[in-house]
Parts: sequence; C-alpha cells; structure tokens
Amino acid sequence: MNKQMFPFTASETAVSAPSRRALLKGAGLIIAFSFAPTGARVLAAAPAAKKNLEANAFVRVAPDNTVTVIVKHLEMGQGVNTGLPTIVAEEMDADWSQMRAESAPANVELYKNTAFGMQGTGGSTAIANSYEQLRKAGATARAMLVNAAAKEWKVPAGEITVKQGVVSHAASKHSATFGELADKAAAQMPPADVKLKDPKDFTLIGTVQPRLDNVDKTNGKAIFTLDIVRPGMVYASIAHPPRFGATVKSFDASVAMKLKGVISVVPISSGVAVVADSFWTAKKARDAVQITWDESKAEKRGTPELMAAYKALGKTPGQSAHKAGDATKIMATAAKTVATEFEFPFLAHAPMEPLDAVVEVRDGACEVWAGSQFQTVDQGNVAKVLGLKPEQVLIHTQLAGGSFGRRANFASDFIVEATEIAKTLPAGTPVKLIWTREDDIKGGKYRPMYVHNMKAGLDDKGNLVAWTHRIVGQSIFKGTPFQGPPGSIDPLSVEGAANLPYAVPNIDVELHATDDVGVPILWWRSVGSTHTAYATEVFTDMVAKAAGKDPLAFRQAMLGGHARHKAVLDLVAEKAGWGTALPANTARGIAVAEAFSSVVAQVAEVSRDAKGNIKVNRVVCAVDCGMIINPDVVRAQMEGGIGYGLGAIMKGAITLKDGRVEQSNFDGYDVLRIDEMPKIEVHFLPSTGAPTGVGEPGVPPIGPAVANAIFALTGKPVTVLPISKAIPTV
Amino acid sequence: MPISFELNGQTVAFDVDPDMPLLWAIREKAGLTGTKFGCGIAQCGACTVHIDGAPARSCSIPISAVAGAKVLTIEGLSSKTALAVQASWQKLNVVQCGYCQSGQIMSAVALLNDTPKPTDDDIDTAMSGNICRCATYNRIREAIHDAATSI
Ligand code: FES
Ligand code: FES
Repeated sequence: MNKQMFPFTASETAVSAPSRRALLKGAGLIIAFSFAPTGARVLAAAPAAKKNLEANAFVRVAPDNTVTVIVKHLEMGQGVNTGLPTIVAEEMDADWSQMRAESAPANVELYKNTAFGMQGTGGSTAIANSYEQLRKAGATARAMLVNAAAKEWKVPAGEITVKQGVVSHAASKHSATFGELADKAAAQMPPADVKLKDPKDFTLIGTVQPRLDNVDKTNGKAIFTLDIVRPGMVYASIAHPPRFGATVKSFDASVAMKLKGVISVVPISSGVAVVADSFWTAKKARDAVQITWDESKAEKRGTPELMAAYKALGKTPGQSAHKAGDATKIMATAAKTVATEFEFPFLAHAPMEPLDAVVEVRDGACEVWAGSQFQTVDQGNVAKVLGLKPEQVLIHTQLAGGSFGRRANFASDFIVEATEIAKTLPAGTPVKLIWTREDDIKGGKYRPMYVHNMKAGLDDKGNLVAWTHRIVGQSIFKGTPFQGPPGSIDPLSVEGAANLPYAVPNIDVELHATDDVGVPILWWRSVGSTHTAYATEVFTDMVAKAAGKDPLAFRQAMLGGHARHKAVLDLVAEKAGWGTALPANTARGIAVAEAFSSVVAQVAEVSRDAKGNIKVNRVVCAVDCGMIINPDVVRAQMEGGIGYGLGAIMKGAITLKDGRVEQSNFDGYDVLRIDEMPKIEVHFLPSTGAPTGVGEPGVPPIGPAVANAIFALTGKPVTVLPISKAIPTV
Repeated sequence: MPISFELNGQTVAFDVDPDMPLLWAIREKAGLTGTKFGCGIAQCGACTVHIDGAPARSCSIPISAVAGAKVLTIEGLSSKTALAVQASWQKLNVVQCGYCQSGQIMSAVALLNDTPKPTDDDIDTAMSGNICRCATYNRIREAIHDAATSI
C-alpha cells in the first residue's frame, strides 16, 4: 500500500523529506525558505504556480488558504501542535479551521529554545519561550497580507481589517482570503516592527479550540517514527547487556545468521545489533545471538544494597543546598520533634511508543527520522558518529508516542545506535531501529532512586521552627553540558526542597550525590519535584498532625511570601469541600507544589474497603499557569499528569537484583489503567501573567495528596514507595 | 506457502515466517501502520484489531492462526458505530500523543458492537487491557458514553 501524504500533520516533512534552505537576510529572523515541493504540494500548487507566503521561519500561508505553523518543539502529546498555532492564529486573526502544524527541521539558529540556547523541548517551556516569538511571527505575516491587499486595492493599509482569515476594506468593499493574497504578500518586505494585540482583544487565546491532530490520531493516519517507510529499508534490533556498564566480550551469530531474512549481525558500542528484512526476524535473530559479556566494570549491586548504602549516607551530613538560621541548635531545644525517612525507587518512563529511529547515511550526508526532543544534541551526536558536520545531518522530527523526558538525553542513545548500525550498511540503506518494551524497561535512564531524611522541630505553640532535609541520590546533570563547576550542587536534585515555600526560620537542606552508582538515570516528567514534592508535602502533614493543626491551615499560615501557593490552595480547598463531611472510610489529602513556574494544588479523595484496599476516587486540581492559551489542553495535561504520577506512586518501581533489572514489560512494571483512574476536576486561577508550563506541573502534587489522604485514613504515613509495597490498592 | 486472510475486506496473502505475529505482517507487509506496537505480550492493547469481529491483540497472534479469517484494522473502520466513536473522540479532544488511540478505538468499537449502552463497569472490563501512558482514560470513558448516545 502506498504511504499517503497527510499535509496537515508534522509527518509530512518526514515522509517526503523536502530539502529546505534557510537564507538569513541580515542578522534578524527574516528568513526565506525554499521548498522542494512534495508530491502533495505539486498537485496543489502546480497549475497556478502561485507562491506561498513564507512570512518568516514560523509561518507559511499557502494559496489553498491554509496557514502552517512551523513548530520548533516536539509534539509528544502535550499539545504544542495546537498551542503554538493558536498563538500565531491569534495575532494573524486567522480562522482556526485553516491552521496546520508542521515540525521544524533541526536548525539551532532559527529554532532554538530560548530557555536552553539549543533546539529542544523540555522543562515545560514550549509555550513560555514561544509566546512572544510566535506573536511577532503571526503579526508579521498579518502585516504582509494587509500591505499586499493595500497595494492591490490601492487603499491605505490602516483602513484594512482582518477577521477569521479574511482581509477586508469596508469603504471599497474589497475582501480577500489569506490564500488569495499569499502570492502577492510573498513580494512584500516583512515590516521591521509590528504592533502586537492588546491581550484584552484576544479571541482565540484562552478559548477551547479542537486539537489540530484530532483527526489523524483517531483514524490511524498520524505518522510516528515507527511508521516511517523508506525505499529499501531494513530493520534492526539490539541485544543490550544484562547489567549496566557491561560490554561485549565476544559473540556467536552462527544460529542467528541462519534465520531467513537476516542481513547482518554487528557489534556496536552498546551491544550487538541484528539487521534483517523485517523487525520480527531481527528480533528473533537478536534473541538467538550468543553473547559473552565483559562485566568487569558493570554495576553489580542490587536495590537492597543501594538502599542500605543510601540510608547510611542519609545519616551523615551532606553538602549544603540551602541554609537559614541554625536548625541544629533550635532542633535540640524544640518542644517536639518529628522525624522520618522516605524511600523512592527507580522509575522507567515507558512511553507508549518504544524508542525507535530511522537513519539513512549517504556520502557526506545523513537523514534521521525520530521523535527527536533535543534536535541540536541529536544532530551533534549523529555527526560525531559519522565524522560529519552537524549541518550535514538532517533531522525530521516525528510525532512522538510519549516521552516524559526519555527522548531528551545528551547521549541521544537510540538515535546514535541507529546511526552506528546505518554506518555498517551499504550507503543509502535506511535502517529502522525499534527497541522492544523489554529493551525499554530494562534499558536504564531511570528517574533516580532516592532516600530522604527529614526532621522538624515545633515550639510549644505548635509553630514549625526548625526543618532539616537530607537527600541522597544520583545527579542528573552530572556528565552533561549543564553540569555545574566541581563541588556545586545539582539543582535538579534539590529543586522543590531547597526552595521550600513554607516560612521556617531555621532550615538545612543537604545533598549526598551518589555518583558512583552505575545505573543510568535521567529526568522523568517533573524531574526533582517527583520526589521532593512528595517528601516535603507528606512530611508537612506529619508535622501538622504533631502540631495538632489542620493540614490546610498549617500550610496557609506559613505561606506569607507565596501568594500563588496560597491562592491555589484556597481554590482547591473550596472546590473540594475541604473540611466537609465524607462517607465512612474515606478521607481527603491536600498537597501543593511549584514546578516550572506553575503552581498546582490538589486534593485527593481516597477510600478504603473492608479488606483494606485503597482506592483514589476523586482528585480536585487547581492550577496557576499564568495566561492560558487553550484551557482544554491545560486540563488534559493536568489529567494526564495526575494519571501518570498516580500510576508511579501507587505501583511503579524498577528494582535490581545483583545489578540486573527485575522488571521487563508491563506485566512486571505495572502502570495505571482505566479502572484505576480517579474522577478529576481541574480549576484555573485567573491570571494575566506570562504563560508558564503545564506538561509537568500536574505530576508532583498527586503523590503527596494521595499519601496524605491515606495518612488521614490510617494514621500511618506512607514513607516507602510505591504505595502498593505496604498497602493493597484497587 | 503464503498465508491468506481477509484484511479490511480485501484478500491478502503473505509468504512470511508463520510465527510472525499478525501485527508485523499488517504493519510491514500490508503497509498499514495505524496498528501500533507497545509491548508484544498482550499487555497494552496498542496492537488491537478485530478478528472475525472480536477484539484481539495482534502482537500475540501468529499470522498462521488467522488463515482464512477476517481481520479489521483502524484503517478499515467504516461502520456507523465506528464513525460515531471517532467523532466522539474528536469532539472530546481525547488524544494526546495519540500512539495508543488506534488500539483504544478498536477496543471501544468492539465494546459498543456487543454492548450498545455500556456501564462504567462494562467500560472498565473492556478497556482495562488498553494502556494509555498519557492517561487519557477519563476522556476515553466519556467518549464511549457519548458515542453510545449518538448511535
Ligand atoms: S503490543 Fe500487543 S498488546 Fe501490547
Ligand atoms: S494518547 Fe499517548 S499513550 Fe494514549
């Protein structure tokens, strides 16, 4: 069957591979693109030979009246292919139905994330770092269309109005669509300066518009990396070592090579790769390769050994991440103290689409199709493998079937593997590497394991006067370009703890970075807050109980300097009916956390049945994420964040025995399913502030909110995760 | 010997390893990529198709087992029920990354074919084999109810 062209999705560039030249005119972002037209475009555009308006690097208006926004961020579910076009459409006064989204090529000059200085998606930055940029891009395109109309109709541009994609001049009764004006507008110089709308005049931003990927993602037509087909493509599967840090000593491929369809078996830096004419054959042959591993440098400790080492470290002073007052002295004289220790397991991201990449290497050039989340890094790493310049590597960013941080890594692991394999094949042979789910679950780059040691001191009136918090775990930034100077603290290990929102006069926050541990780790949706929010918020409830205070009131009294925290707590408490009666064996828990400049509070309602099984019935969520571009997308991200976080807190754990990962697939690494999803209500704090992230901030509060409800229900705090380790869940 | 079956109403025949899971034959040999790979062990539902009308995990069924059967994939959906399901999915903005959604929709259509007015318990039973890592579950449930009212 022929692969169809779907001009409305990001997949188009991928399937058709247009060559694209960006010519920089001057120093600004005034860009001319030249497109090698694809099949679909030739059909649409050939007869009249009308030009597209390439207003700038982000906006293209076609004679067929579509407006395509070039999206520099990876669409992995979070909705950038809807949110970013909304910003452009707003400033253009376009009609929502004419908007399209397309993934940008790797080009750091044009498409860098202004928060990172390189092209990449993460830290819930997509909207925040694109907002002003895309407003300008949209306003520029609008001005070019208006100026073209003014010239054509010989009327003053100032008298022209634009509404829902139609440009009109009332006095002369002229009107034209964007599509009709595109060709003429292409001849206009982009204005140096454009006026942006007053936000009070917004008609699209802040309203619910349908996702642009709704149709293709419900009829099977959306193209992911897994779906890329190239002429002559072959398939690859890789045998990775059973322990982290092991390498290939020798291998015997004689049985594997006998399987019909096997093309080659080659050692690569991360293991042994099998190339075949189908994925199934590649995988079958991969399983038949006999490999002897050199495990001399491998991590051989299991979870119990690591946990014991972490706990011992947690009892000794660490490196200071934040200090105020004299916590040691005040703790010693406190009227009452509370102490506890938290255990957090390794967690896999397990995005629904397993890691995969298609790579094609030709003399002096390489093309990559992948859900590339760090395009600049991936481009550099691929170039290094091949001895090319980064600009010789063309990356076609694909829709990603989830990532949760996994696809953003400085080693570009799966993309580099596919490149190493492609390098062994005859020039021009495309290879599609697919990791199995077992490869993914066992493959490392986990949310690190942590131990937290906490102690609080109360005065005789029940005021929190001293707080010590010690965190033990691996550093995520270590060994990456973001690593700080020697001896510095990795901010990702202590975010959410070092900046505790509660006013405590005497506080010590310390870190033990366990960088001798050989388990590969990575950021995981909401990064440091995945564990710090849990530890601080669960411990806060334990301290409130010791003080004899209501958890909400206890928090509010200490949030003087944090108006946004206070406001979301007030909102969530009101909407959840905090303090009102509940059925028997049901309790509420509350938690608040700031992540990526957004503040989210949640109340979880949890019940316990006769057998002691715990069930989360309802979650009320209040969010302050600044100005909201599309409320339904924000709501979806809160729902998704809650579900993702809940699955992990309730039952997620990667454990090691003698250095070998004990889980391998969704049977052992259990994730949240539909019958476990609570009812969710999302409420927004009205805000005119700049938009902040929503992809991750829904995750941190859910764990502590649920644990605090369990604490209220049972009187026992949940200090060991996942919850299912000690308490049955339904 | 080529293995022959009916795929979305057309007879197809593939000369492949008889152990090859139906999933990979559909994707790589028939070129229909709407059906996804998520686990390979019948745990996630991403590969759900209908075999003789019943939902099945194509990753765990060897192609030899479907000889002579009728296989329906997301690309072949055309019934009134299926169109209603897709419309409800779009109306309620169910999708996020979208990767699981072909499988979710195939399971939902099968449920509604059998049980036109499903309860929440019916939905739990029919849909709990389909993982969504983006956790679009509440909208999936709502969309199934919505489709049920429109059929
Ligand atoms: S891929 Fe078949 S059930 Fe997961
Ligand atoms: S929409 Fe992403 S896995 Fe379901």
